[in-house]
Amino acid sequence: MMTINQLQDQLIEEFELFENDWDGKYDYIIDMGKKLKGLPDESKSESNKIKGCQSNVWLTSSVDSAGTIHFEGDSDAIIVKGLVAMLIRVMSGHEAQEIANADLYFIEKIGLSRHLAQTRSNGLLSMVKQMKFYGLAYGTQDKAIQN
Amino acid sequence: MEPIATFSALDIQQIRSDFPILHQSLNGKPLVYFDNAATTQKPKQVIEKLSYYYNTINANIHRGIHTLAEKATAEYEATRESVRSFINAKETAEIIFTQGTTQSLNLVASSLGRYALKAGDEILITTMEHHSNIVPWQMIAELTGAILKVIPINEKGEILIEEGLAMLTERTKILSMVYVSNALGTINPVKTFIEKAKTTGTYTVIDGAQASSHLDIDVQALDCDFLALSAHKMYGPTGVGILYGKKTILEAIPPYQGGGEMIKDVSFEVTTYNELPYKFEAGTPNIADTIAFKEAIDYINHYGKAEMAQWENELLSYATEKLTAEIEGFRPIGTADNKISVISFLVDGVHHHDIGLMLDHEGIAIRTGHHCTQPLMSRLQIPGTNRVSFAVYNTKEEIDYLTTSLKKVVKRLR
Repeated sequence: MMTINQLQDQLIEEFELFENDWDGKYDYIIDMGKKLKGLPDESKSESNKIKGCQSNVWLTSSVDSAGTIHFEGDSDAIIVKGLVAMLIRVMSGHEAQEIANADLYFIEKIGLSRHLAQTRSNGLLSMVKQMKFYGLAYGTQDKAIQN
Repeated sequence: MEPIATFSALDIQQIRSDFPILHQSLNGKPLVYFDNAATTQKPKQVIEKLSYYYNTINANIHRGIHTLAEKATAEYEATRESVRSFINAKETAEIIFTQGTTQSLNLVASSLGRYALKAGDEILITTMEHHSNIVPWQMIAELTGAILKVIPINEKGEILIEEGLAMLTERTKILSMVYVSNALGTINPVKTFIEKAKTTGTYTVIDGAQASSHLDIDVQALDCDFLALSAHKMYGPTGVGILYGKKTILEAIPPYQGGGEMIKDVSFEVTTYNELPYKFEAGTPNIADTIAFKEAIDYINHYGKAEMAQWENELLSYATEKLTAEIEGFRPIGTADNKISVISFLVDGVHHHDIGLMLDHEGIAIRTGHHCTQPLMSRLQIPGTNRVSFAVYNTKEEIDYLTTSLKKVVKRLR
């Protein structure tokens, strides 16, 4: 099982192939968006919606018996859906604490912060915050059960 | 690129050379600025005036007796006269400087609302108002117990005139209406409504933010009681706006904010207010930007608003035709018979947010989203639109580039 940082490094490596070809990078993100399974309609609820995005973004989470957190997500805009796919790839399948403490340097390294995350409208940072919040929440729950 | 034939009397290339910001590359592509309904770019005359003010005559106005204060005051008041003439107000006492249309509308809602409204009175607005012409009225309605009524629109994004006029009754104390819709470009028949309002004893407020640089505005011919506009939407600086108000009404209604400048005499027992327009201008105003605003008005007057509008309309027809013909699934939102140079649109099967991001990457600045008109978007049952809006410095070559880029972008996104 790869760590969050190993998964980030993998993504960074994939994007390095494009060098400064931003058309290529966009197409890659769009492709990831198109390939993400997304969510069934009943999960696209108001409570699963991430606030502060110009497009609709939904995020759900679940935790398995081993204490691993799994994320699923969707968006009606394809580039944003690609961003959701990247975040899920990096953040899903880890323990609460690793998620809550994650330092997502891939956003900066790939150059997304300059090209895509500079306005709050695409909600990338809100998504990260929500994932970490789930991590924190599940982490506290675990402790409460242990106690 | 081959220049495309135009019928404009204006030398657009010469106009473009006045706007330093246009001559740069973004994301490796030449900038194409199509977000003029949000804010226009500024000609060098305006930019240079700002620097002249701070380099040469910076001083607080209306207070000092020294030379700089005199000079700054004279220039500040020269802008007031310029605005008066621009909208053909009777006198400069009727021109109040504000931070922009939003503050102007808040001022009217608060001061006129406290003066004129009581529980059960009606305030009438339209479905296509900007949030800044909705929320201030909701706030004063809550305070006074007045009721907000909304004139419906049709699918083309036009006011239903008969229904609207029927809603305008003796119960309507205030009618506040947008002259030109920022989201759709629709020009509203404000004159018709103002005429009816005269017979029902209704105060009339016009949001002129989008109209100011495209339409001839004559407040005496319109006979509206109030009109709001923003400098930054007419090639002027941000942070300056105008509230025009009829003198008799401005004299009757209470001030908006208290402070320096707006008073005649202050004691702890009683304060008397300054005369117009200073009664509504508390505190040190935005002196530099107000002074530079005059350059923007001079700029428009120099080229002629009618000539500018003619060119913008030519761009509008050219772009509407071209985009409709060449972009598969192109769906214009807002197809009013009478509109200014704004094209709001969606493309079937592609999210507007994706289009905005990808066009930005091509160097094209457009606006995406709900344009601060959420109730209008829900009426049209859409989450938002892409909006392309033209100013006098835009060209047909830029529209060609937009069309080619949009075609490419849509293909990649689908």
